[in-house]
Amino acid sequence: MRTPLRRARVSIPALLCAAALLAGCGTGGTDASGSAPKARTGADDTTPVTITFWHAFTDDREVDAVAKVLDKFHAKYPYITVNAVKGQTDDKINQAVRGGTAPDVAASFNAGNVGGWCSSGGMQDLGPDIAADKVDLSVIPKAVQDYTAFKGKRCTMPWLADTFGLYYNKKLFAAAGIAEPPKTMSELADDAKKLTAYNGDGSIRVAGFMPYMGGYEMVTEHLVTAWGGQWLTADGKSNTSQDPAFAAALTWQKKLVDTMGADKLKAFKTAMAPEQSAQNAFEAGNLAMMVDGEWRTAFIKGDQSAVDYGTAPIPAADDHPELYGSGYVGGNVIGIPKGSKHPDAAWKLVKFLSTDTDALVTLANDVGNVPTTLPALDSPQLTLTSDPHFKTFLDVYKNPHTSTTPAAADGGAYVTNFEPFAEKWQDGGVPDLKAGLAELDKQNDAALSLGS
Amino acid sequence: MAIPHVLAPRAAAHRRRLVVAAFLAPGVVGIGLFLIYPLLTTVYLSFTNSNMISPAKWVGLRNYRYLFTQDPSIWQAVRNTGWLVAIMVPAQLLFALGVAMVTARLKAGAGIYRTLFYLPALAPPVAATVAFVCLFTPGTGPVDHLLHALGLPQPLWFTSETWSKPGLALLALWGSGSSMVIFLAALLDVPAELYEAAALDGAGSWQRFRRITLPTISPVLLFSAVTGVIAALQYFTQAVVAQQTAGNSRIGVPPGYPNGSTLTYSQWLYVVGFGQFHMGYACALAVLLFAATMLATVVLLRRASGFTPQEAAS
Repeated sequence: MRTPLRRARVSIPALLCAAALLAGCGTGGTDASGSAPKARTGADDTTPVTITFWHAFTDDREVDAVAKVLDKFHAKYPYITVNAVKGQTDDKINQAVRGGTAPDVAASFNAGNVGGWCSSGGMQDLGPDIAADKVDLSVIPKAVQDYTAFKGKRCTMPWLADTFGLYYNKKLFAAAGIAEPPKTMSELADDAKKLTAYNGDGSIRVAGFMPYMGGYEMVTEHLVTAWGGQWLTADGKSNTSQDPAFAAALTWQKKLVDTMGADKLKAFKTAMAPEQSAQNAFEAGNLAMMVDGEWRTAFIKGDQSAVDYGTAPIPAADDHPELYGSGYVGGNVIGIPKGSKHPDAAWKLVKFLSTDTDALVTLANDVGNVPTTLPALDSPQLTLTSDPHFKTFLDVYKNPHTSTTPAAADGGAYVTNFEPFAEKWQDGGVPDLKAGLAELDKQNDAALSLGS
Repeated sequence: MAIPHVLAPRAAAHRRRLVVAAFLAPGVVGIGLFLIYPLLTTVYLSFTNSNMISPAKWVGLRNYRYLFTQDPSIWQAVRNTGWLVAIMVPAQLLFALGVAMVTARLKAGAGIYRTLFYLPALAPPVAATVAFVCLFTPGTGPVDHLLHALGLPQPLWFTSETWSKPGLALLALWGSGSSMVIFLAALLDVPAELYEAAALDGAGSWQRFRRITLPTISPVLLFSAVTGVIAALQYFTQAVVAQQTAGNSRIGVPPGYPNGSTLTYSQWLYVVGFGQFHMGYACALAVLLFAATMLATVVLLRRASGFTPQEAAS
């Protein structure tokens, strides 16, 4: 009986070695496509094909709007059928790419991952297709071109954009004797205090503004544009301690939090109904002012909210009046993941959705987003232009000072790392702001180097 | 003619080996494919800058150096996970044991109470956590109203860094039905004559518990402790769902909300690996977690080996 046992002892290390070899072979989904990417416009190929398209929309109204545009695509390319799958997140896209089961086309709400996708090859380089089809990228504003490409490699196209502005409740403004929306951050803080109403037990009944980070869309990237903050240096290093905008924005924010009461704001924030529900605190009249994206105009209509509201650009810092009218721009991106089985047809869909004026205008009108190309913005069919609420956001989009969070190879980790820092700061956990920001920059740069 | 006599046992042994190998094959293939291969791959990737999409580059010990000297969030994640292991797991075991002891003694309605205590364990973790956080929502949650009505302080629970982890521990107590059922089975299995004999010898209830109940059910306690510690080291779902539910924002909920107080080791691993394209570094974190889990299990088993009466006797 000894022999088999000894054999077994031998076979286990052998198995381990084999597994190790396999492990070596399978490391990280080796990218075989070391050669330069080719254009795959497949101009005359009309073989019937069905492609899969993942997008992140979940709201029924928005999903229907996407389906309507896909019908237009099918009418133009009858041999391409698109199987659209809603509610797909970036994590799922990445896992599908890693697992070799990626969809042919993927769209994401999060432009923050563009850097990671372009540098890793998770999304394919569209450069050759763009060149072969002579797609004119100059119809896309520069800030938008910046967040959809990384280090000269264009692996995604913008597919509608989001800009941010200030929503204010006209009825509450009138009751508080405020004539117009604030234009400076000092005015915003003053108005917030005037508009805040408390219950008998001291808790907040109506918040004039929600300065507490994480309250709906109240995050640093939407706030710091008012001071003209630049997140990264030209060579991609974290810039939050060098650019005084960040310390100034956080100081303004904490002062207002302390004035209104951090614990009271926290309790109010937690009790606010989910952001994308019809009970949204602004739509319900419990929040007098808020920073939000242009899509809220469509939600307010869709939810049949009775709120009497106006929109305005986010106020500018007191010492930066020239920035009034600008804001934050981000948006959806669309690309062809690595492993797409029908890249020719996929490119046709990406090109259609991101550059066809009719497709962009139709979708923008239906979902209430900003169309990304200049011809679509100027199209007479863009009914959003006539909506004064929406016009604010179109103007923010066109403003030359409007800025974004630039793409980074680690999926915008510098923003993800900043939010816990801002949270700690607002709760009084950062005694020296400048030193804290310098440490954060160091950590961001160290984390970014992990991928090199 | 002597040769066949020599070969026959060899052939028989060979056949026997083949049969043994055939029986072993499914297990070996399964373990190799789903345990050893992923494990070795993880160890290998922990020495690379892999993002699992483009080719990985060997970086030596860089990931481990970063882990121990530079990662800004890792120690907070370790502390939080340590809290869960040190506080939540023992609390869960004690609570489950207490409930099991009470329900074991019930004369009437035992079935109903056992079912009631077990039911929360059947709720899917995500749904259970969402419901639980809503119950504790400051201002609107029923628990908040109840505390207010009783004139007790109303903490901010999952939005307060002081109360978020105790909140998760309460959630764990609520869902500890599985341990309760196992303890209940073990308690009902303790021979009644031992209690009778002890009572005749004048042993009090604490002595009966200490000298009879505890030693008899100790293997079950050990099992629950080991699996509980392993689960706490991998704690992820409830923490993430509680953060998202309490954070109440489409984009603005930082990992570990509030203030990193619920950032667990597994969540940080997930964030860097899946959110920030640092899969190589995430593998280094996974290797360390594996080592820590192994160590915790060995320590628990060693500490407990003298505790079990059957083993002590043998």
